[in-house]
Amino acid sequence: MSGGTFVGMPAFPKAAHEAVNNPTLRGNLRHATHTIRAKRAVAVAELDDWAALREAGKQIKDHTLRHLDRYLVQLEESVTAAGGIVHWAADADEANRIVTDLVKMTGESEVVKVKSMATQEIGLNEALEAEGIHAYETDLAELIVQLGKDRPSHILVPAIHRNRGEIRDIFAREMGEWGRPAPEGLTDTPAELAEAARLHLREKFLRAKVGISGANFMVAETGTLMVVESEGNGRMCLTLPETLISVVGIEKIVPTWQDLEVFLQTLPRSSTAERMNPYTSMWTGITDEDGPQTFHLVLIDNGRTDTLADEVGRQALRCIRCSACLNVCPVYERAGGHAYGSVYPGPIGAILSPQLRGTASEIDASLPYASSLCGACYEVCPVAIDIPEVLVHLRERIAEGGPVTREGNKVVLKPAKGHAAERAAMRAARWAFSHPGALRTGQRLASRTRRFHPRSLPGPGKAWSDTRDLPTVPAEPFRDWWQRTHGGKDTDK
Amino acid sequence: MRVALFLTCVNDTLYPDTGRAVVKLLTRLGVEVDFPMAQTCCGQAHYNTGYRHEAEPLARHFSDVFGEYEAIVTPSGSCGAMVRELYPRMGERARAEGRGDTLAAALAPVVPKTYELTEFLVDVLGVTDVGAYYPHTVTYHPTCHGLRSLGLGDRPRRLLQAVKGLELRELPGADECCGFGGTFAVKNPDVSAAMGADKVHNAESTNAEVLCAADNSCLMHIGGTMSRLETRMRPVHIAEILASTEEEPSA
Amino acid sequence: MSSRDLILGRVRRALADVPRDDTPYEQAIERGYLREHGGRSVEQTVDLLAENLADYRALVHRCAADELAPTIAGLLAGHGSTSVVLPAGLDAQWLAASEVTRVPDRAEGTSGELDRVDSVVTACALAIAETGTLVLDGGPDQGRRRITLVPDHHICVVRVPDQVVSSVPQALARLDPTRPLTWISGPSATSDIELDRVEGVHGPRTLEVVLVSGE
Repeated sequence: MSGGTFVGMPAFPKAAHEAVNNPTLRGNLRHATHTIRAKRAVAVAELDDWAALREAGKQIKDHTLRHLDRYLVQLEESVTAAGGIVHWAADADEANRIVTDLVKMTGESEVVKVKSMATQEIGLNEALEAEGIHAYETDLAELIVQLGKDRPSHILVPAIHRNRGEIRDIFAREMGEWGRPAPEGLTDTPAELAEAARLHLREKFLRAKVGISGANFMVAETGTLMVVESEGNGRMCLTLPETLISVVGIEKIVPTWQDLEVFLQTLPRSSTAERMNPYTSMWTGITDEDGPQTFHLVLIDNGRTDTLADEVGRQALRCIRCSACLNVCPVYERAGGHAYGSVYPGPIGAILSPQLRGTASEIDASLPYASSLCGACYEVCPVAIDIPEVLVHLRERIAEGGPVTREGNKVVLKPAKGHAAERAAMRAARWAFSHPGALRTGQRLASRTRRFHPRSLPGPGKAWSDTRDLPTVPAEPFRDWWQRTHGGKDTDK
Repeated sequence: MRVALFLTCVNDTLYPDTGRAVVKLLTRLGVEVDFPMAQTCCGQAHYNTGYRHEAEPLARHFSDVFGEYEAIVTPSGSCGAMVRELYPRMGERARAEGRGDTLAAALAPVVPKTYELTEFLVDVLGVTDVGAYYPHTVTYHPTCHGLRSLGLGDRPRRLLQAVKGLELRELPGADECCGFGGTFAVKNPDVSAAMGADKVHNAESTNAEVLCAADNSCLMHIGGTMSRLETRMRPVHIAEILASTEEEPSA
Repeated sequence: MSSRDLILGRVRRALADVPRDDTPYEQAIERGYLREHGGRSVEQTVDLLAENLADYRALVHRCAADELAPTIAGLLAGHGSTSVVLPAGLDAQWLAASEVTRVPDRAEGTSGELDRVDSVVTACALAIAETGTLVLDGGPDQGRRRITLVPDHHICVVRVPDQVVSSVPQALARLDPTRPLTWISGPSATSDIELDRVEGVHGPRTLEVVLVSGE
């Protein structure tokens, strides 16, 4: 299962190198992201109050984060009053332990799962497997990833890197290993592939005693949890089993029932470009004789409070996991989701992973640089997360060091070692730019030696000249022309 | 009206033609242009690469050099955005670090009076027809910081559409980044080059002679890609098109 | 220290830089968005509901109250159904014209039994025109959540115009959060293959909506 984890990922540029040069992957991603991009724009344009919805969504989330302690306690009370049992997990290990114990208490050895980013993030499936509990992913894309012993590459559509032909092959090859085999003569039409998944998973839904989910939102005042989905696998997992365990990040709270009116308009249009997704389930504790009669809510921190402590970076916690930023990102489109080395790929991943996990690993330290800062992500974000701002802020933490919070403790990061040459160059440039005379001397030197400039550069400059020609240095910089023609005074023309 | 030309360090060093074009254009429109010789760099590369504290003295220097002018005009969307969007943020961050309001106060004067060239033409001078003549087919690439940070909107297009002899061709995927991104171009060369190649292919599909943009940093990347891919197009800064006249045509 | 106290303590320390703000919640959020989009007459709202339901591949039928029983009978027959599960509180008259086997919605029933039933007929709590959404709240004429999930054919009756609201904000204001709610916008679908929408995965692959007017 080494293919199934992100441990030991190389830095982003190295991981992206392969993807950029894989024509099938490039084609799959281009096709999928361009399709959804255009549709999203249409769905959003239907609402002439989009800007106001976006602003309200931002304010609701900011307000919640600002008073998160109060709303967490309120949520706990509401869920408990409605018959649920609330657990708290400081990190992934603790969350996995809690869930594993809860499943074991039921005496079951298999669970059905609704697609959930939180359980991906903590590696719940692997933890359950280690204890002899089989977790079946039921979302179509998650199923494709699980059967293909693959890693997710997109928040909403984890198998976005696969085209229909590849999916057909995975189903035909693997379904029999996990349960009901794929029908004979399965073709690659999406309708037939969806039918194969329906047949394969139905027996699992009908016998499942334990369901595991995440939640898109939790309402503090009522204790209501909400899952938005399309296929009905969510409804299956949330209503057929006897026991439901929901694993949710502490930032998923909204204060009031009314707040859902904002996100139920912005989330579907941002993620699948639909006016409304096919199915949304809302449940408040347990309901007599309808659905699971035991409900556990596991609230996880796992780096969220550390992120909350960063006054620039905390806006990342507003994220509602719509994935609009991935779909518009030119870097994601070319590098693919795996290069981000996290269950959170794309622009939001580039600011979430280094905050949730810290920047000690090679991949996490390279993620803030995995962007041209073009700003398309910020433009589409339905809760107005200024992703470029956070990226630059995280670059600063790496390049210059500075205060961060890790596992609740304030520490001061040292400037990263790998950036020493860059730091020296930046300082030298700053010195030259602070001394116009020195800048001018440098410009003149460049102009005078222009005939000897190489077409390609050595060292780090090679990264430029491998694919792009260098500009030719002009005979004189502008300032020399200006001085010659204007002489500091208004002369000719 | 007396304005300061903030040419940017990249243009000063590598693209003096763009600077000469801005001077010619603004002078033709009756604007008195000065080039403060003490100007250097706005600090954008430092800031965006994570060296905010190295960028601070450059921002202060910028404010010292340009603070007294009525208006500051720059032929660069990204450097314009640096001053307008990021200088205030640098001030806020210094305040949050407990360093008081001095940086914010030092930078405040230059923020509202810094204009990107097309913005200055359309919003301040109120012109869209600048009397230019440029008998070529052109496709326009809106650069990211001009488009999203400054909100230049259709100003560059309106200016280009009014140029005599110019035929404007629609660029497919126009609002997608070209892949330059400052140090991104060398830190993530594969992705950057792939984005650049896609931009060039889209530009080529228009069969225009010229790809025009309002930022030479992006054009350096796109142009470098064009010549490496042996494309028959050439990159031209919008100032050079707008400065061109029947009497003195630019290439 | 419990993890609960640990996390709450971390939250409080993380917010140490944030100035205290006691603005009541009702005033803290700027709700500048619309309560509904555009002005429509009652009939136009119902038309929009029909249009948006159909846009997401629900099959929409309209009839008067006295035509409801034959309409439902026709839909069951048209689907070739021989059995139908019914919520306990559903108006018996609705099925008066059909001969198919009735299966009651029972707490003791199993999912496996439901899987062998062809169709389900329910009412709804309300419908949202702007999004083409039906909302079920587990009321007596809607039954347990699973009965509208496991059978492959769902016939949902909406009383128009009474049960139709324009928008999501209007819907939430009318719903009771303590009830289990299921929002349905078209038959089950997926965009997981190349981000292209395909109808029909785990939920009912055929969703028929009967807009019934008059009493």
